[in-house]
Amino acid sequence: MLAKRIIPCLDIRDGKTVKGINFVNIKEVGDPVELGAWYAEQGADELVFLDITASHEGRKTFADLVGRIAENINIPFTVGGGISELKDAGVLLNAGADKISINSSAVRNPQLIDDMAKNFGSQFVVAAIDARCDENGEWIVTVNGGRIPTEKRLFTWAKEAEERGAGEILFTSMNHDGVKQGFANEALAQLSEMLSIPVIASGGAGSMEHFKDVFTLGKADAGLAASIFHYKEIAIPDLKAYLRQNGITVR
Amino acid sequence: MKIVVIKYNAGNIRSVCNALKRLGYEAEITDDVEKIKAADKVIFPGVGEASTTMKYLRESGLDKVIVSLKQPVLGICLGMQLMCKFSEEGNVDCLGIFDVPVKRFQLPAQNVDNLKIPQMGWNTITSVKSPLYNAQLENQYVYFVHSYYVPLCDYTAATTNYTISYSSSLHRDNFYATQFHPEKSGSVGEQILKNFLEL
Repeated sequence: MLAKRIIPCLDIRDGKTVKGINFVNIKEVGDPVELGAWYAEQGADELVFLDITASHEGRKTFADLVGRIAENINIPFTVGGGISELKDAGVLLNAGADKISINSSAVRNPQLIDDMAKNFGSQFVVAAIDARCDENGEWIVTVNGGRIPTEKRLFTWAKEAEERGAGEILFTSMNHDGVKQGFANEALAQLSEMLSIPVIASGGAGSMEHFKDVFTLGKADAGLAASIFHYKEIAIPDLKAYLRQNGITVR
Repeated sequence: MKIVVIKYNAGNIRSVCNALKRLGYEAEITDDVEKIKAADKVIFPGVGEASTTMKYLRESGLDKVIVSLKQPVLGICLGMQLMCKFSEEGNVDCLGIFDVPVKRFQLPAQNVDNLKIPQMGWNTITSVKSPLYNAQLENQYVYFVHSYYVPLCDYTAATTNYTISYSSSLHRDNFYATQFHPEKSGSVGEQILKNFLEL
């Protein structure tokens, strides 16, 4: 049976791993290649490397680092942050990335998803969506690390991304991110049921139970988290043992 | 030992070379027919679409070269599918090394497990046979990304279940193939690659 995936996310700034609480107050944690290899050994199923400086400082992608990651890590990994053109994605593919995630650039130019899927295949394209639930219960898609609300809405945009050729949806709830009170399970379940491509849940992991919930209540295919792994609040082998005990298939 | 990875219009060939490097082997990425024929081991990787890739292989003459190889050949993912007879992806005739068609996954009417297409992630290999596998690899997890599958057949060398039981690996004579990506399947995948290289 296909296993539910546990995905540590490494935010990268200037080639170093960082984790922000709600994307501010950034602290350094370590070397991305070393940390990534350690996670792979611990049983992480995939890794995501996000260049968080890229979108707002206009910094271009981090192909050199991606090349080193690809040489050293024996599990799949996704890279994202500041990818706004087809050629950016091509450089990362050649550097050894298994997938790229596009976020703000796809919101601004949805055709980018079609172009990337057509050129590199859907399996290479992860549509990352940061959304915030407003007081009326409406999920507003945001860009630039959650700072700017857009006209788009989570469910219609996710569906459009799938139709344009995205291979996966990575949904981050900006309400839940950094708060450690659990994932946005209701919205996730709705997404998972309406889409035929996998959904990666992000934002809100604070305990092992939150992962159980995101796979059962949230019907997610994969759960992504950063700080709880980086600060060793949860060890991946323990998390997997816990999920297995609770009847969830994990590797 | 000379290892070549066949170069064609497919994505992420470098991953295979990186994995070989971690095992201490150097491979050459090439579409040079003489080099391919002279190699001790040939790897035929693949990420892409079947009909456009077959068209490329025919135009470049690589189709005839691959079929004629006598040394151990390992097809990976799309590489494995292209070694079959026919693919529903673009309805295209393929290399025919394995006399079996490639079909598209169909989701069950009652999709209680919320299965998705493509299958993306880690699944187990069972009933493993062929020199590619040792007994310890039975029931281990490997990494898959695919929307099309090869049904169970005489050449099945490993079985995986996703919507149905299908061939996650094939073997016939000197031709070996995996639907999963050994180069991305952690230490299990490394063992499988090592077994191939030591054939």
